[in-house]
Amino acid sequence: MQVTALSGGFDNPAIGSAHAFRSVMEAMARPGSVQDIQGAVPPAPLTVAAGTVLLTLCDTDTPVYLAGKADTDDVRKWLAFHTGAPLTGPSHAMFAVGEWDALMPLDGYPVGTPEYPDRSTTLIVECAELEAAGATLRGPGIKSEATLSLPETRAFQSNRALFPLGLDFIFTSGDRLAALPRSAVVSRSSSEAVAHRGDF
Amino acid sequence: MTDYNFAYLDEQTKRMIRRAILKGLAIPGYQVPFASREMPMPYGWGTGGVQVSAAVLTPDDTFKVIDQGADDTTNAVSIRTFFERTAGVETTTATSEASVIQTRHRIPEEPLTEDQILVYQVPIPEPLRFLEPRESETRKMHSLEEYGLMHVKLYEDISRHGHIATSYAYPVKVEGRYVMDPSPIPKFDNPKLGDMPAIQLFGAGREQRIYALPPYTQVVSLDFEDHPFEASKADHACGLCGATDSYLDEVIMDDQGGRMFVCSDTDYCEARRAAGHKGKDAA
Repeated sequence: MQVTALSGGFDNPAIGSAHAFRSVMEAMARPGSVQDIQGAVPPAPLTVAAGTVLLTLCDTDTPVYLAGKADTDDVRKWLAFHTGAPLTGPSHAMFAVGEWDALMPLDGYPVGTPEYPDRSTTLIVECAELEAAGATLRGPGIKSEATLSLPETRAFQSNRALFPLGLDFIFTSGDRLAALPRSAVVSRSSSEAVAHRGDF
Repeated sequence: MTDYNFAYLDEQTKRMIRRAILKGLAIPGYQVPFASREMPMPYGWGTGGVQVSAAVLTPDDTFKVIDQGADDTTNAVSIRTFFERTAGVETTTATSEASVIQTRHRIPEEPLTEDQILVYQVPIPEPLRFLEPRESETRKMHSLEEYGLMHVKLYEDISRHGHIATSYAYPVKVEGRYVMDPSPIPKFDNPKLGDMPAIQLFGAGREQRIYALPPYTQVVSLDFEDHPFEASKADHACGLCGATDSYLDEVIMDDQGGRMFVCSDTDYCEARRAAGHKGKDAA
């Protein structure tokens, strides 16, 4: 089916975005947990999950950065019609969406200020696959430890070192998502996690 | 019900609140500014909690509201009715049946689960406000982790009263970083804030702040080595259900000095009485 700019929104915006937000909130509150999300049908290459997150959280108040392959004419038109969000570069983005490599470098995004650490970018990272396995996560929202397939670990360790400043990440794949807030402590395996616990 | 958008607020307002909630969860204990709206109730009646609830609710939720632990006070009844009318959600008074609980000044006695969300109504979100009235200064104090003044306040309590006399809105430190006002819950409830399986969201409408505690967050009540934090309650059993582990309200019965103590959590007390427990004042 050809997705046009005018189609692919929520069937019922109030109810659809309420359900979608709960998935995003559960993901952000419980780092490493993988949640189902649906509602929007964005044009390729955006996934259903990434498109739904954009429609749930973005509007004219939130500059969006489309990185790499995500920056197509179809995506621009679709986002403009459904959200009205202004497009921008990384340095002024409240949200950025794209594949991990295309979103680099991470130091190009605002990480907030000491007085207002919330004024930082949320990155929506499109992933080929997403599963609760791989890097080990600890921190708020996690009972003892969680695992999540992350594109790498070092970038998230440097991001954690900035706390309470820093970037927040939402990982999307198909119609599923997970999140990694700046508060999460990432390590490669559980034995390393113990060794580095006192770092922060 | 069709006269309103789902859950009363317009979609743009909900998106703005939802973005604030996500940043709040990412920075536990930090107060995120948000553009609080006029609600059809006065400030001080839970407009912050109502806006957070409106941004979080889905039609599948079961909603409970408590005011100082009670389901049947004016504030609780009117907020419950508000969301029945504007969101069409199921409501309940049973803690275990609710998926979203909005609360004024209590945490339910019954332990919450991972499937629940607790929304607090907050009057003054800034724990340092009565020590430093300027917002520009308290912002700076939070950014520099300059919390000495708060310890001085607790110390002055000790020098004046012999113990830490602060009995509600007792300040806590979240994940070793931000000092946070847990809203005016009795300090009896403070130990429940940390390591809670449920998501905790705090909304201050008049002061335009939202903050949050993700599940299983470390929350420590401020204290001193020689004056450790103590969760206190009236040294009685509930007059109706006989519970000795619940937070109690003191009720004046007559002008002869008669009084009784009852559970402040009405659902907890009713459930115990239904199970056959009986206190000394039960009819």
